Amino acid sequence: MQNLTNRSKMVSDKKMTFLEWIYIPAIIKGMSITIRHFFGKKTTINYPEEKREFSKVYRGQHVLKRDDEGRERCTACGLCAVACPAEAITMRAAERKPGEEHLYREEKYAAVYEINMLRCIYCGDCEDACPKEAIFLTDRIVASQYERKPFVYGKDILVEPLDLNLRIDISARQTEAVHQFKSVKRYAHNK
Amino acid sequence: MDWTELIFKTIFLIIIFTVTLIVAMYSTYGERKVAAFMQDRRGPNRAGPFGLLQPLADGLKMFMKEEIIPLTANKKLFIIGPSIAMTTALLTGVVIPWGGSVTIGGRIFSLQVADLNIGILYVFAMVSIGVYGIMIGGWASNNKYALLGAIRAASQMISYELAMGMSIIALVLTTGSLSLHEIVSQQHGMHWNIFYQPLGFFIFLICAFAETNRAPFDLPECETELIGGYHTEYSSMKLGFYLFAEYINMFISSAVIATLYFGGYNMPFIDQLGLSMNTATFIGTFFFFLKIFSMIFLFMWIRWTLPRFRYDQLMNMGWKGLIPLAMFNILATGIYYFFTELK
Repeated sequence: MQNLTNRSKMVSDKKMTFLEWIYIPAIIKGMSITIRHFFGKKTTINYPEEKREFSKVYRGQHVLKRDDEGRERCTACGLCAVACPAEAITMRAAERKPGEEHLYREEKYAAVYEINMLRCIYCGDCEDACPKEAIFLTDRIVASQYERKPFVYGKDILVEPLDLNLRIDISARQTEAVHQFKSVKRYAHNK
Repeated sequence: MDWTELIFKTIFLIIIFTVTLIVAMYSTYGERKVAAFMQDRRGPNRAGPFGLLQPLADGLKMFMKEEIIPLTANKKLFIIGPSIAMTTALLTGVVIPWGGSVTIGGRIFSLQVADLNIGILYVFAMVSIGVYGIMIGGWASNNKYALLGAIRAASQMISYELAMGMSIIALVLTTGSLSLHEIVSQQHGMHWNIFYQPLGFFIFLICAFAETNRAPFDLPECETELIGGYHTEYSSMKLGFYLFAEYINMFISSAVIATLYFGGYNMPFIDQLGLSMNTATFIGTFFFFLKIFSMIFLFMWIRWTLPRFRYDQLMNMGWKGLIPLAMFNILATGIYYFFTELK
């Protein structure tokens, strides 16, 4: 039979030799191992002060993007909600009134847009489904809370700030492959 | 004994008491740090700088917890148990010579509360009474796990006390005195008893581990089999007393080991430095504490290295291993002194 690892050892219940029986060599060996670890490098990362480097395409808290003129990109088509396997997204659409052109990019917009962060499985399907490049997952971590209610994130948290300097950077997620994918009209959501 | 002596002793006693408690308190912190470091972790580092306030937070937590006395428990004994454990743990520090002598206002005071001529016996007596704390606590809980833990503790301590006593007899043969002060002053220079009694030291060390219920002999409270052993039913500060008593015991037994085998407050080459009496005493005490802390570190190092013994292995080692070894040690020491004294 093939070995699963190259470290496996045959076990036997042979009688212990004298050196094994007095345990001292084994104890000293064990103690030398622990003392080496005592002075060794620690693997813990002091979380709030230090942060582990994320993968470029880490899927964390969502952002609802604005376009260059500061208008919300989301048009409340509901494709993200349909695509969501966890059914975490709900929204209510509204019609853009005259005079609101500087706020919303399209004639229809999301009056209410909520993601339940406890339901969300951070799969990124909403991002794939979005035809308007409005929703993206970012490398931000969803903060812990003491109650359930604050985990339902509304537009106040999800939509990125107007200020150009405070916009959420999602360039890492817009790889060539993503652009390619989004440009192929064959996929249902791009039609 | 005149008034100045009495006042000095009282103040000194309070200092020892406080130091013992503080050392025990920070042993819990040290233990957690040592454990963490040996497992490649960082240990407590949130409460205060380097987590130094962690013991205070733990203590406060213990006080704040709800105090539960089981309905079927024997209330009086339930309270007496941890009290005995704590009291006996603290009482042992009295006979240990913490340093040489100091001169205050032309008078000489010894840094030892009571120089009993039977100091070693006193230590043994206190350790033996310590078993009662555990036994009574386990019995009064009216819980099978607590009782099992208490029985284990009692039988383990009694078994290892024998070997411990025998290793001490060999030591007494070498020193010719039961007074701890006498034993320490005999080890002046580098005449530490560990060089004369290496086997005795080894036996004493193993027994000290067993007496303080530390790993690998922590069977009385092995959580995998007995939930919490003798303190299963205890909560709040009564539990705190038991846990705290363990750390005090560790400190005191480290001090006893340092006194008996590592020359106590003696430091090599202290005479050549030509220091004044007070400075020399101060450095000696500092050195003594250094030895104690090294011993405490050894206790922790072993705890986080070795797995727990099985109960039959524990008893086998105590009765069939250590006691014959200790007897051999006594015999060898006796024969050696018999022939060297004859010359």
